[in-house]
Amino acid sequence: MKARVRVFLKPSVFDPQGSTVASALQRVGFEEVQSVRIGKSIDLELEGSDRDAAKTRIASMCEKLLANPVIESYSIELLGEA
Amino acid sequence: MRAVVVEFPGSNCEDDVVYALESLAFEVKRWWHKDEFTLENGDLVVLPGGFSYGDYLRCGAMAALSPAMETVKEFANGGGLVLGICNGFQILCEAGLLPGVLIRNATRRFVCKDVELFVENVETPWTSLMDQKREVLVPVAHGDGQYWADEATLDRLEANGQVAFRYAGLNPNGAARSIAGITNERGNVLGMMPHPERATTLRSGDGQLLFESIRRFATES
Repeated sequence: MKARVRVFLKPSVFDPQGSTVASALQRVGFEEVQSVRIGKSIDLELEGSDRDAAKTRIASMCEKLLANPVIESYSIELLGEA
Repeated sequence: MRAVVVEFPGSNCEDDVVYALESLAFEVKRWWHKDEFTLENGDLVVLPGGFSYGDYLRCGAMAALSPAMETVKEFANGGGLVLGICNGFQILCEAGLLPGVLIRNATRRFVCKDVELFVENVETPWTSLMDQKREVLVPVAHGDGQYWADEATLDRLEANGQVAFRYAGLNPNGAARSIAGITNERGNVLGMMPHPERATTLRSGDGQLLFESIRRFATES
């Protein structure tokens, strides 16, 4: 079973990496860029085929390690056929 | 007094910590994070600086899940003295022993220089001997030293006297409220971005005050 976890900064947290990239894009001609925020994409491959169980376990992985709940939120997408 | 310096893969400041503590007549033991280790009452546990696990995922995130940290958490919850320096501070926050998190410096530059710290609270076990001095000079060297916590947490830290050190001059990394070091509520755990071990026999010598303070606390309790 494959899953994709996205980890992203909570809106209240300033993202200096994102704003640096936004400036760079504007500088090379993409003046329409108003905001950039950068997160992480984590692809997981798991044994098993129970989708609900996988989602629960992956949420635990996020809570325990993959995301820091002080500054980050996450989303989980199971890939492949439903 | 015995000091136990924990080493994770990628820690690189443990030698400096060992050297500084031995020069101040501490008995020092090194603890490789995967080994069993029995901590004793009265130990000072130090999580040194460096780049544990390459700073992969988030600084200190994986070191915080090391079995050694389970032992350190139990020790801290029982009132044991724990000092986290730089990466050690990051590990303490990731492990939940201190609130908040350290994120990338606001300038996105690695900062490496001596900084003046204002000693906010001289009633912690770590700072009692700084009461006459109030400002100490200690070097920083970090890319991810920006302390961040939500407003409610920051207010609580201030109200409880948990802010131990604040950057006195220019804030080198954008840390909230210029916070350079904090303790837990009980005061037995301190996390700080600056490196006191680099200012004991070298530079200002102000780092010595921290280690002497904690030794005084330990011997008087």
